[in-house]
Amino acid sequence: MAEKMLMLALSPTMEEGTIVSWSKQEGDKIENGDVVCEVETDKATMDYEAMQAGILLKILVPEGESAAVEQPIAVVGEEGEDISGLLKEIESQSAGQNEGQSAGQSRSASKSSAGASQAGGTDESGAGTSADAGGAAAQGAGSSEAAGGKTEGSEASEATGKGVAGAAQGGASEAGQSGVEGGRIKASPLARNLAKNAGIELSALQGQGSGPGGRVVKKDIEAAKAGGGAVAQAGPQATAKAAQYGAQKAPAPGSGLGTQPPVTSTGIEEQHIKIGRKRAIIAQRLSESKFSAPHYYLTTSLRTDPLTKARERINQQSVKAGGAKLSLNAFMMKLTAEAIKRHPIVNAAWKEQEIYIPGSIDIGLAVALEDGLITPVVRNCGGKGIRQIDAEVQELVAKARSGKLQPEEYSGASFSISNLGTYGVEQFTAIINPPASAIMAVGSVTREPVELENGSISFDNKMKLTLSCDHRVIDGAVGAAFLRDLKAMFENPMQALL
Amino acid sequence: MAFDYDLLIIGAGPGGYVGAIRAAQLGMKVGIIEKDKAGGVCLNIGCIPSKSLVHQAEDFHSIGNLERMGVKVDLAGFDYGNVHAESRKAADQLSKGVGFLLKKNKVEYIQGTGIITGEHEVTVDGDKKISANNILIATGSRPRELKGFEFDGTTIMSSDDILMRTDLPKSMLVLGAGAIGCEFTHIMNRFGVEVTLVEMLDHILPTEDEESAKVLARSFKKRKITMYTSAKASPPRKENGKVILDVETKKGNKTLEAETLLVTVGRAANTEHIGLENVSISTENGFIQIGDYYQTSVDSIYAVGDVVSVTPQLAHVASKEAELVVEHLAGEKVEPRLDPTTIPTGVYTEPEVAGFGYTEEQAREQGYEAASNSFPIRGAGKSVAIEKTEGMVKIIYSTKTQEILGARIVGTQATDLIHELMLARSSELITTDISKMIHAHPTLSEALMEAARATEGWVIHA
Repeated sequence: MAEKMLMLALSPTMEEGTIVSWSKQEGDKIENGDVVCEVETDKATMDYEAMQAGILLKILVPEGESAAVEQPIAVVGEEGEDISGLLKEIESQSAGQNEGQSAGQSRSASKSSAGASQAGGTDESGAGTSADAGGAAAQGAGSSEAAGGKTEGSEASEATGKGVAGAAQGGASEAGQSGVEGGRIKASPLARNLAKNAGIELSALQGQGSGPGGRVVKKDIEAAKAGGGAVAQAGPQATAKAAQYGAQKAPAPGSGLGTQPPVTSTGIEEQHIKIGRKRAIIAQRLSESKFSAPHYYLTTSLRTDPLTKARERINQQSVKAGGAKLSLNAFMMKLTAEAIKRHPIVNAAWKEQEIYIPGSIDIGLAVALEDGLITPVVRNCGGKGIRQIDAEVQELVAKARSGKLQPEEYSGASFSISNLGTYGVEQFTAIINPPASAIMAVGSVTREPVELENGSISFDNKMKLTLSCDHRVIDGAVGAAFLRDLKAMFENPMQALL
Repeated sequence: MAFDYDLLIIGAGPGGYVGAIRAAQLGMKVGIIEKDKAGGVCLNIGCIPSKSLVHQAEDFHSIGNLERMGVKVDLAGFDYGNVHAESRKAADQLSKGVGFLLKKNKVEYIQGTGIITGEHEVTVDGDKKISANNILIATGSRPRELKGFEFDGTTIMSSDDILMRTDLPKSMLVLGAGAIGCEFTHIMNRFGVEVTLVEMLDHILPTEDEESAKVLARSFKKRKITMYTSAKASPPRKENGKVILDVETKKGNKTLEAETLLVTVGRAANTEHIGLENVSISTENGFIQIGDYYQTSVDSIYAVGDVVSVTPQLAHVASKEAELVVEHLAGEKVEPRLDPTTIPTGVYTEPEVAGFGYTEEQAREQGYEAASNSFPIRGAGKSVAIEKTEGMVKIIYSTKTQEILGARIVGTQATDLIHELMLARSSELITTDISKMIHAHPTLSEALMEAARATEGWVIHA
């Protein structure tokens, strides 16, 4: 019995995929688990493994063309089987689907149809910077929305009829690329209405909402409106932050109630950014890591005073002696290396056939650059002192900033550290940087109340460390023991010498 | 310097006891001083026993329904003393419950009268000095006494007096038609007392939305309750065991006579005799002035609830304010001061009156393009089945954004029903979210859905 082979969601955010190449041809025999084709998703190019066995009877989506998730890409069956009936069915379905998809996914597709029709071909703007209220709606694609969103959707489909299906799909894939996780922007219905009236793009506020769970609420839109005003005045030299908040444009016809004064500047420029080599590598490596390594996360909170005070003392002496101040990162790298010595498996790499523990603790430190992220690696942190680690970090970071870092200087870390504490981030989870099996995310130092033994309250400087581990290599208890020991060293650096 | 407590709270009412429990949960060492009973006015001589009376008044009233079914009820044995006893049971049970909760959370309960004697010190019963890092004043309020209307407990009564009364008067005058006055008017009328309600302002429930007040006034009128609004009363005279009240109304002067007079003209803050002068905390009209996080003019001392002037005197306000203070002290990020438009009000008459947020006029004054739409409770089929058809649901909203700016519900169970609209507002849902949500049938909540539809011009059942 012939069966359809459907496009699968190969990543959580994938809405459609492009067939890069077919590794099986019509007439080839397919076993369960065989790679039949390579599919390029929004994040990476991945192998498509068959979940059916039989003969590949018909390829429906040729190389270079794309298919939405759940759309048939091939037919598999027995040799010589008559599949004309099935093909007819698929044809009529796909005709219906193109229409049905926008209607069926009324929560998403019909909304994005508004964006496409108003922006005039949003599907071309790959960078996700569609600049009007309709575009904002398109960014909401895929969200399971409350009734407020539905109304918008029905209005839109009334206005644009059925001819929007293609554009709707463009809108949906765009949402995937714009970094809106799962296409959903958390915003209250009121915030949506306010944003629409004010011509503010909700996606610009994504993740910055002050409501429960980061939901964008009225307050955020009002702040954004205030920010937008500033942009209009400041012109092209607007600050990055204001630009972020200030996506404004005249309300699309019929989208508001026509009472808003027309705003001419969008505050943000539509752009198509060519993907550089570095960005491509980041995209590929990190998505591969996130999709193939089963991540789990462990967070601990620790007192920072013992370490920072020790560092202050050392630095005072160092400066007196005419030396340089040692960075906190260097201290952290050293303590981490010492903790790894006690739990070498944290240093290991998954090699499919084996687990490999390198004989050197090579720690990468994530550094943000203008055009991406790079992780210079200090080799053999276990065998070096803090001063030497610090000197190497300084040198590598300087090289990284001037773009002179050599591949061997930023690859092959056996462990990584990412520190966003300076941005005021209290806690976050990082994606493991292969071939390492773990990465540690360092948060900001915050003052927190603690109960003393006598029951009174005092305040301590605290910091959160979040360890991301590849469960294929590091079991939960091992990661936890590593973190426990690392915490003990932070809180009592002498521990590292034991 | 080590203090006896992290936090010492004066007054174990809904402000004090909630604050104490929350503080204990957040790891503070807490003491709470109470001169009377745990639970304060609310549990002991306020919200709770009065709700017991309201409930029993409805039971008594439903005797009429029993007779319709052919049941003969002999009223000869009716004793209001039993009604009173039942209301005390509810109060005592809950007061004990609060005592238990405090104990369970390891809050130290200190029986006595506390007076602030230092920025970190309270003296209990004149000799026992207790120190604390922070002090929270939650001493509440008492019935306000008017000059010439001094309470004597029987002929001129406060709400405290009527709650403690074990018999019914034949007739009663009520001066002041706010929530408390209207509730006792309702209760006494249900038990067959002849009630006359006198209000100085131009409608009953003067602080409520006028349309809501009118619905209740209509209901009262049907029940033969006499009401005088825009009426000014002179101090009463007591003659032959009667109380006589001269009232000046727009339609001329009236002389009203009844067995007793209940004076419900607001509540005075308990800010005297608590030692404010010892630390020079300033008051205005008897209320303590506070900053954004309810701190007084002394850094270590905070005040919440009825003693604070900026928010209405309601139990749930006191509780919330106490939570905010305690969380603020614990270093949590809290919103400064309660936003008055987020506070629900409830009047426990039949029909009940509930509301929150702006009236349409207030919303306009705030610069909103506001409108309001009402839907009659009668339009919800269930109200007809349960014979409680009085009332309406009114939603005040922005015509521009569909934001819910306020709401009023008059009707049976209005004080419970209001929360759907409040949750919608606080979660920033818009009227469409309510109009499109399936509401079970038959329920009174359907009237809320229809009122939301009314704002969009498409009600089904009207």
